Amino acid sequence: MDFSLTEEQEMLRKAARDFLATECPKKLVREMAKDERGYPLELWQKLSEVGWLGLIIPEEYGGSGASFFDLVVLLEEMGRACLPGPFFSTVVLGGVTILETGSDEQKQELLPKLAQGKLLLTLALTEPSARYSADGIQTKAVQENGSFLIQGTKLFVPDAHVSDYLICAARTKETGIPEEGVTLFLVDAKSPGINCTLLETVVGDKQCEVTFDNVKVPRQNILGKLNEGWSVLEKVLEKATVAQCAEMVGGAKQVLEMTVDYAKQRVVFGHPIGSFEAIQFNCADMLIDIDGCSFITYEAAWRLSEGLPATQEVAMAKAWASEKFRRVATISHQIHGAIGFCEDHDLPLYFKRAKTWEVNFGDANFHLDKIATMAGI
Amino acid sequence: MDFAFTPEEEAFRKEVREFVDREFPPKWREHALDFFSNAGGPYDEQWSLHRAMAKKLGAKGWLSLAWPKEYGGRNSMLLQHILAEELSYYRFPGLDPFGVGMLAPMLLKSGNEEQKKRHLPGIAKGETMWCEFLSERDAGSDLASLQTRAVEDGDYFVINGQKCWTTAAHRADWGFIIARTDPEAVPNYRGLSFFLLDMKTPGISIIPIANMAGESEFNEVFFDNVRVPKENLVGGKNRGWFVVMGVLDFERSCIPAYGIARRNLDDALEYARKTKPIASALRNRLAELIVECEITRLVHYRAIWMLDKGLIPNYEAAMTKVYGLEVNQRVTATVCQVLGHYGVLTEGSKWAPLDGQAPSRYLRSIGNTLEAGSSEVDRIVIAQRGLGLPR
Repeated sequence: MDFSLTEEQEMLRKAARDFLATECPKKLVREMAKDERGYPLELWQKLSEVGWLGLIIPEEYGGSGASFFDLVVLLEEMGRACLPGPFFSTVVLGGVTILETGSDEQKQELLPKLAQGKLLLTLALTEPSARYSADGIQTKAVQENGSFLIQGTKLFVPDAHVSDYLICAARTKETGIPEEGVTLFLVDAKSPGINCTLLETVVGDKQCEVTFDNVKVPRQNILGKLNEGWSVLEKVLEKATVAQCAEMVGGAKQVLEMTVDYAKQRVVFGHPIGSFEAIQFNCADMLIDIDGCSFITYEAAWRLSEGLPATQEVAMAKAWASEKFRRVATISHQIHGAIGFCEDHDLPLYFKRAKTWEVNFGDANFHLDKIATMAGI
Repeated sequence: MDFAFTPEEEAFRKEVREFVDREFPPKWREHALDFFSNAGGPYDEQWSLHRAMAKKLGAKGWLSLAWPKEYGGRNSMLLQHILAEELSYYRFPGLDPFGVGMLAPMLLKSGNEEQKKRHLPGIAKGETMWCEFLSERDAGSDLASLQTRAVEDGDYFVINGQKCWTTAAHRADWGFIIARTDPEAVPNYRGLSFFLLDMKTPGISIIPIANMAGESEFNEVFFDNVRVPKENLVGGKNRGWFVVMGVLDFERSCIPAYGIARRNLDDALEYARKTKPIASALRNRLAELIVECEITRLVHYRAIWMLDKGLIPNYEAAMTKVYGLEVNQRVTATVCQVLGHYGVLTEGSKWAPLDGQAPSRYLRSIGNTLEAGSSEVDRIVIAQRGLGLPR
């Protein structure tokens, strides 16, 4: 067992923290919440230059060939910094899916561009039912003259408004078993029949409603095998879920640091509030929550990195991070008092992300249900 | 990071399981003993079994796994932890937390060569059982205010006073005790010294205290002119506080909370599987506890990993203890809830599921957040030493 990061991972963590401190100040985070694109183009180019867009892409496809665990280290820092933009959708949802199931030709075509910052991707998975299980996929794709016509509505699709391609999960066959008959299509976002609308969200992140009205997709744009997309999505979702947990762990760590700093300097009744037991107990609970979330997330990430089965650990990580990041942020508000309740304080940025990330890829109840099922109860 | 065990570690765990399977007398298996019920159980036979198993563990070389090789150990806190985890999961007797978990690592850190030579072999062989004299009636969380006195008299220190909540004092061969050697010292913790005490020394009287779970594992102990030879002073006169701080770090990191809690939880899960359907709120609760047990396991291995790297887990040890035992408290409560109405039936009742153990484990768990430092003390350690919040 080893609970430390490698030297390279420590360097990556430090480089990311330094980079984001300069390139992603909270002023930018606030501006981007109101900006329609949602990120500055220069920042995206810089992310490409430092090699992080291609971090987990193998060298043969123009990336750095780093491990999934390395990506988790980086995402933790991005969560800490509240980095706006399509990194998660492009690198995790798009990149991981193509790495999992793309043909060599598709990888050659897409991954180098992705690493260079010239290609944005996202995954169009959830629908108005907002379910992450296979039965949530009701969008249909029917064959016609060697192509497929996609019809349906996708909801909560991140960054679809800027993506070059949408990876759309659609039902190509009805067998009565939800896990069967799902196919992944690489859809050019400019295809006729696609209509993308930005949703108004708590964080001001860019989630979209995407309607597909008989959108024509050539057969060669299928990712993986016809009707066998769900097993790929399961793998992608496991990684995406852990990636989301990593951002949450980073956010929670930042919140605790802000809280401890504040508790040391805020004086009432002649003492810093951090010397009071009521505050110390709360801060101790925050650290217990954060260490717990960190280790269960790292364990899941390590298993995925090593190619080991991780279904249970992934569910545990998200069940925990979903509840605990919210709890950490809530306690932090209580300790900060009224000043933290102000819109221009940094704390609300985290509180809102805790709410948003809680529901992404399934909330605590969704994952607890999985855990209970795996335990045979 | 690496969450895998080496093949050697995996093989060791398997060996422990096989040992447990082979050595557990069938008669006792169903009673699912563990250390505390051995110490506090009404039957001398239980304690005899504990001692017999300790000797078997000692003969395997398993009571000194964490020690340096020159003291006959394997230099692996991880192996010792795997042993403790497995034995606690199977509620197997024989592992003395006071000798193996606390005193031995403390002696290796702060004892002199004489003391190591004299006391380590008995622990390693499973022959000497220890108890811990820290708390008093009026000095628990505020340990430094303790009043038991030790006064120098020639080659001896003479101890007078009383200690309380001393687990297994009525069974142990030796004890370690902290007493006041300088009543004028400011701050008060600078006037304390740490001694090793032969329980056969004249002047010690022991009164058992029954806890609310009906067990008498702990005691009130009176010291009336108890003479301790100076060679039994550890860490120097008036330096006892620093020894005790180390002991507490070892204590907090040696309680195998995962094994205890996960076994309790597994009992409930097995019962729930047989009695489906269970209420969805309870199903959710059990799933949460599965996560909590896994986090207990990971937080503990972090502390163990630190020890093997030569680091002293401090807030990490406190977190291991406070989180793990609070989880066990939640688990035991939930076990009873899964049993529903049957969760009030105790041992001996013909209708009692799980051998009637669930209610006593639930009642016993109330002590979990008090012993070895209350949860409040642990949280203060985490806040002040882990996060640097001011005193």
